[in-house]
Amino acid sequence: MQPVGAAVPLRVDIAEKTFRSAQGVSVTALKDLSFEVRQGEFGCLLGPSGCGKTTTLRILLGLDKQFSGSFQLPEGGSGGIAAVFQEPTLLPWRTVEQNVRLALPKSLRTKNLDGLFDTLGLAGMRSLYPAELSLGLARRAALARAFANEPAMLFLDEPFVSLDGRTAEQLRRLLLTVWSARPTTALMVTHNLAEALTLSDRIIVLAPRPAHVLGIFDVRLPRQHRSQQAISGLLQSFHQKFPGVT
Amino acid sequence: MTARDTGGRTLGETAGMSGRSGPAATLIPALTVTISLLGLCLLWSLAANAWPSRAFPGPGQVWQVLLREAASGDLFYHLGTTLARVAAAYIVAMIVGSVIGILLGSHRGADRFFNPWVILFLNIPALVIIVLAYIWFGLNDVAAIGAVAVNKIPNVVVTMREGARALDPSYAEMAAVYRFGFLDRVRHILLPQLQPYLAAASRSGIALIWKIVLVVELLGRSNGVGFQIYLYFQLFDVAAILAYTLAFVAVMLVIELLLVQPVERHAARWRRRPT
Repeated sequence: MQPVGAAVPLRVDIAEKTFRSAQGVSVTALKDLSFEVRQGEFGCLLGPSGCGKTTTLRILLGLDKQFSGSFQLPEGGSGGIAAVFQEPTLLPWRTVEQNVRLALPKSLRTKNLDGLFDTLGLAGMRSLYPAELSLGLARRAALARAFANEPAMLFLDEPFVSLDGRTAEQLRRLLLTVWSARPTTALMVTHNLAEALTLSDRIIVLAPRPAHVLGIFDVRLPRQHRSQQAISGLLQSFHQKFPGVT
Repeated sequence: MTARDTGGRTLGETAGMSGRSGPAATLIPALTVTISLLGLCLLWSLAANAWPSRAFPGPGQVWQVLLREAASGDLFYHLGTTLARVAAAYIVAMIVGSVIGILLGSHRGADRFFNPWVILFLNIPALVIIVLAYIWFGLNDVAAIGAVAVNKIPNVVVTMREGARALDPSYAEMAAVYRFGFLDRVRHILLPQLQPYLAAASRSGIALIWKIVLVVELLGRSNGVGFQIYLYFQLFDVAAILAYTLAFVAVMLVIELLLVQPVERHAARWRRRPT
């Protein structure tokens, strides 16, 4: 992956993030969380459920500003940042195509999206409303919305959760296809180790609450060579490095 | 026999179109409405014949007055004036009420502070607001329309506040991440979510507003349906009173059928139809 222009990585350095409940009890969700994803790399935040992965993502997306620390996002591209949320979060009152185009900056609203819709298998669904789509198709539309933006930084929050195994596998392949066409610095949150090993260049392993980085696992094997056997080999070396993390 | 055949085919077509509204689907309800209204007229005419009185004219007499007033042009002048006031008061009340309601619904502190005000204005009688408006601002159309709007605004505020409380934050977050502009947020995120509440507020709004407009006209204007009703009340001309009332109700019915319902159908086009 040859970085384009100035190689600005995603650099995260969150000192602390604390939630205060209505009863006044404070819970520290993140503590001294720092990691880096190099430009053009696909990074995965891996950790058990409820360890603060989504909280981290919300901070990076600018949706949560109550934290101490700092982070730096890669620059360039037209749309800045894009995100694929846990739920597809498509506007139910707009068609698939309108949903994708509305998320584009004004100057790109009329650009040609045929290629993207074709790749994602949505060519015939552009004029449908989200309620008429299956969950798998709705998630594809959410991917289309993110990639149409040509962002400098892409965030994915467990985008394949609550799909059946085959559909999830198919979507992972589609994600890799569109991502390889235009490698973007990406950070995906997941608790699925096999998924992380299939997709990413670098896995950031988080410890449970308060979340901090347990270690980094770099996957150097090119993606096209990650067969079933290769993945199980990677799994073994992962377990050697991080015993106790599933 | 042929009638039943066409009826059967119409039903078949309706089912084939899976609930989409075509000319055939609207025909049967329209027929039911017509028959129902004719039945009411018949009942009225029987009652008027049973108790003949100047204070209780039959439909025929009312129709005669209606034709007379229409021929002289008075009917359309007064209907138009009242309709213009209804429209103005409706637009003012919906815009002001929606803005206040959305602000209160999305800011807890402001809601706690202003809630007593809302309750106060909800409970001030319409008549008091109208009288005060005429005293403070003079007997003019601005005072009249303003008084009607002020009567309606608290209702809109309460409905739209509920709507704003029910907003789904995930759409707002999506819009923040993808940097939607202010107008795009209003048009594509806010208004579609508030649409059912807007519809409820406008439905109850139009009905309430036109009734209050008549009172406003009766108290301080020299034209409009309310003024005419007051005039014929002094003459004890019940036929004319009914003629004006029914004419205006008919106008409101036409607005409902030709304006409100198509707009609502358009706004709900994305909802999955019940099958």
